[in-house]
Amino acid sequence: MSRARADEEEYWHSSKFRAFTFDDEDDELSQLKESKRAVNSLRDIVDDDDDDLEKVSWSGEPVGSISWSIKETASSSSSSLEGRDTSLQKGSSSYAALPKQVSSYSLSSLFKGRNRLPSLPSLSDAFSDTGVKNYAPELRRPRAEYKDYSNDWSPRDTVRRMQRGKVCSLERFRSLQDKMVLLDEAVAGHDGNVITAVLIFLKRTLRREVLFRELEVRQVALCHLIHFLKETGEQKLLLDLLRFLDRTEEVALSQYREHLNIQDVEKKREFLKGCIGLPFSAEDISHIQDHYTLLERQIIIETNDRHLAMAGQSEIFRKYPRKASILNMPLVTTLFYSCFYHYTEAEGTFSSPTNLKKTFKIPDKQYVLTALAARAKLRAWEDVDALLTTKNWLGYTKKKAPIGFHRVVEILQRNNAPVQVLQEYVRLVEDVETRLNLATKYKCHDVVIDTYRDLKDRIQLMAYKCKVERGSAEEEKINSLLSNMQIRWKN
Amino acid sequence: MAAHLSSGRVNLTALREAGRRELREFLDKCAGSKAIVWDEYLTGPFGLIAQYSLLKEHEVEKMFTLKPGRLPQADVRNIIFFVRPRLELMDIITDNVRREDRGRSPQRDFHILFVPRRSLLCEQWLKEQGVLGSFIHREQYSLDLIPFDGDLLSMESESTFKECYLESDQTSLYHAAKGLMTLQALYGTIPQIFGKGECARHVANMMIRMKREFPGSQNSIFPVFDTLLLLDRNVDLLTPLATQLTYEGLIDEIYGIQNTYVKLPPEKFAPKKQGEGGKDLPTEPKKLQLNSAEELYAEIRDKNFNAVGSVLSKKAKIISAAFEERHHAKTVGEIKQFVSQLPHMQAARSSLANHTSIAELIKDITTSEDFFDNLTVEQEFMSGIDTDKVNNYIEDCIAQKHSLIKILRLVCLQSVCNNGLKQKVLDHYKREILQTYGYEHILTLNNLEKAGLLKLQTGGRNNYPTIRKTLRLWMDDVNEQNPNDISYVYSGYAPLSVRLAQLLARPGWRSIEEVLKMLPGPHFEERQQLPTGLQKKRQHGENRVTLVFFLGGVTYAEIAALRFLSQMEDGGTEYVIATTKLINGTTWIKSLMEKLEPAPF
Repeated sequence: MSRARADEEEYWHSSKFRAFTFDDEDDELSQLKESKRAVNSLRDIVDDDDDDLEKVSWSGEPVGSISWSIKETASSSSSSLEGRDTSLQKGSSSYAALPKQVSSYSLSSLFKGRNRLPSLPSLSDAFSDTGVKNYAPELRRPRAEYKDYSNDWSPRDTVRRMQRGKVCSLERFRSLQDKMVLLDEAVAGHDGNVITAVLIFLKRTLRREVLFRELEVRQVALCHLIHFLKETGEQKLLLDLLRFLDRTEEVALSQYREHLNIQDVEKKREFLKGCIGLPFSAEDISHIQDHYTLLERQIIIETNDRHLAMAGQSEIFRKYPRKASILNMPLVTTLFYSCFYHYTEAEGTFSSPTNLKKTFKIPDKQYVLTALAARAKLRAWEDVDALLTTKNWLGYTKKKAPIGFHRVVEILQRNNAPVQVLQEYVRLVEDVETRLNLATKYKCHDVVIDTYRDLKDRIQLMAYKCKVERGSAEEEKINSLLSNMQIRWKN
Repeated sequence: MAAHLSSGRVNLTALREAGRRELREFLDKCAGSKAIVWDEYLTGPFGLIAQYSLLKEHEVEKMFTLKPGRLPQADVRNIIFFVRPRLELMDIITDNVRREDRGRSPQRDFHILFVPRRSLLCEQWLKEQGVLGSFIHREQYSLDLIPFDGDLLSMESESTFKECYLESDQTSLYHAAKGLMTLQALYGTIPQIFGKGECARHVANMMIRMKREFPGSQNSIFPVFDTLLLLDRNVDLLTPLATQLTYEGLIDEIYGIQNTYVKLPPEKFAPKKQGEGGKDLPTEPKKLQLNSAEELYAEIRDKNFNAVGSVLSKKAKIISAAFEERHHAKTVGEIKQFVSQLPHMQAARSSLANHTSIAELIKDITTSEDFFDNLTVEQEFMSGIDTDKVNNYIEDCIAQKHSLIKILRLVCLQSVCNNGLKQKVLDHYKREILQTYGYEHILTLNNLEKAGLLKLQTGGRNNYPTIRKTLRLWMDDVNEQNPNDISYVYSGYAPLSVRLAQLLARPGWRSIEEVLKMLPGPHFEERQQLPTGLQKKRQHGENRVTLVFFLGGVTYAEIAALRFLSQMEDGGTEYVIATTKLINGTTWIKSLMEKLEPAPF
């Protein structure tokens, strides 16, 4: 429950906090209006030829800027039109469309063929061009291939040359010791590009166990290899490495991450099931278990409901057709769905809200909030009533809202609940100030009147009289209260 | 075009010029007509260096965006790919090259320009695809530090923070060091280097090593910068999480500024001519460039938003008065003078119109109840109130499914302001987040924990209050209209990073040794020897120039705070700001989130 509004206000004003609001006497809005007015009035004076001043197209791209020119030159080339327009108009911000993730074809494929291809192309081969399959037309022999080639660089020189973007042969670093000197040099140079290049070379020329062992004492290089394996999607080697390092939690998370790439829900479910046994941290394991259980549950619900909806027998599905499948939705969304379509089901069925609540140990607050939203959306006010009613052991009933009645009112109001319904819950808002605010806002006259009566605030009650309709029952009520001699008004 | 770059204490036009020269040289290597295929991400940063006209002068006739498929027809001799060294981009290039018609004549030559560095990994990758041999020139364009404004440089490397603190990949620090070497080559060796944090230490080490290894780089330029201050972002994780309250900061928070451009909803920018209105209301977002070349923007960008309205209204009065002048112009001379001023006045008018509209847009948001509630909670946390229990507002936001990033910003802010959360509180938030937004976000939560943004309080001690008090991070009596302290940029909170810079200048870090030890990473000082002739003899009253380099990103509010310090009358120091990326809490958290959507191709 949030701090009651009134308290908050008082606290806000009395404490050192500065509200980000505007002082009344120096109202920003009026100032903005002022400058707006000035600007507008100047339009009449100024003619329209200020286009000369800002050479900007309407989209704001300065004429002549690079992104503008791409559009210009691209659209003048006829063959580039197909499908290009849309991608161009998005502007540079749309870059996110290009994924960082490297999935299917990655560097790993280079190494998969290790056994079949005894002579694997290496970095140095980049310039000798032999034994490489040509998938694409070699349009021209690059001149660059023949320059700058020497076999005799020291590890340090090799690294420096590579840092400058020149390619060197690494093949002559044969002994393990040489290779490690080379790696240490690369690490000392801090250039990740070079470090990665050396690691690729080591990965190819060293046995896995040896590589792992050497990297264990070279943390920086190790981090680079892990990052590199992640980028290129070499999942198996990555997991082996993490296991070797005893970084079990990372192994678990890294494996779990794989589920994101699985589209088929059945396969995903199987995969998640397999994840449960992984060495997650104690806090995480219950969430992974829940993830699996949830998907399993969603598959059952989805199959049933799709069937029901298609058969057209069920009224709720006819009246409120499903907009999307429930698969892969978060738990709270699933709960909402079940409160919407399966509210009255017995606890025994998988799709019933109570069953979900129990299985996933959903806290009361969360449950009530979600159920309330779902039932209010259906305008099932009796359900709302029942949801908020508790019975004690003597059989007395009492209204209770773990989320606070002001939140109940908010939700109901958002779903256009009638005043009679709303009123009942506004009355239950504990904090007087909040109750009055809500009651006034949503025209729950009865509540306002009763509250002023309880406060013995005659002045406010009189003032409220002008807000109710002439000759209405409410007005009558106010009048009778005001003339009631029994009440000891405080003012 | 680039006048705003020379407006500051250090003339950054030279840096831009160096970038243009390098670009020309490369273009001239590929003789004949050319088409450039752009990695779209690069067009923004490149736009700050060169316009199309420059490319055109060097026979660039067509430009396309990089995408899979067949390259467009273009009768040019050269096709040049401008790309970042990323494997997924290499896949696209491979596809382009494979589909090139072998029979066409004349044949087209292919080249690649890697920005900012050539990558051996990418070349290896192209080779495996059998297309490496198709490229004649494979070069790099080291666009390390891009001048954004007269006092601002950025590498625009979005993943630096993640790479440094999550993957321990320090490649971008290497680029930062390279960028600093370039800067020193142009503006002289920086005699004093201060730093705080692991990454800062690394960069300083690399700089010293590079200097040693290339003794030829010893230059004879009189040093422009007196001091370099290297700061790790993880020394101050708090600041970017808070909502920036300066004008520019709010524009960035709400609409996002990219490479000095912002895209705004068009409704408030209705076309000027009233008669034509109606049917052609703009539907495309309005794009504006924001930098100090615009006089009005330079004046208001760093102000607290609450102080912007009064400046705008004052400006409005001045401009109205200026236009009124025309009634008093009687003689031909007077009229002539009025007319000569007209273009300037019209520019001022259109600038005022734009910023009035932007201010209105922002005001709609800052006056909303939710903005207010959110800010209240942020300020409570930053001043140390109720940071150790589950916060009601955060819970409410989760229940109402506010954006996940907003939730993460708040939870991380609470964690940082409490030096970690208690187990019970952390578990509660995690559970609520996973149940509401999906279990797969456990990966993101894990990343945030690794980066130190979200953590468990260990040892049961919260040292944030000590840090807050010693560095005076929370100021009760903040003056937003006429500020006397940097805390105005967050209406009460003084950004820790900038406080460190301020205290370094005066009285020096020795006074805060204790607190420095509480913050992560080492703090250090290095000196670079200058030849005797180049040692500075300071004129009396001349300000020192300090370059503050934020490794891992900087916010506009922090920049505003440093500019405020530069302008202080008795400050004695002027600041130039460099960073790996301009960030705000949202873009920053986003960069740490696990990408949940699988690749579309």
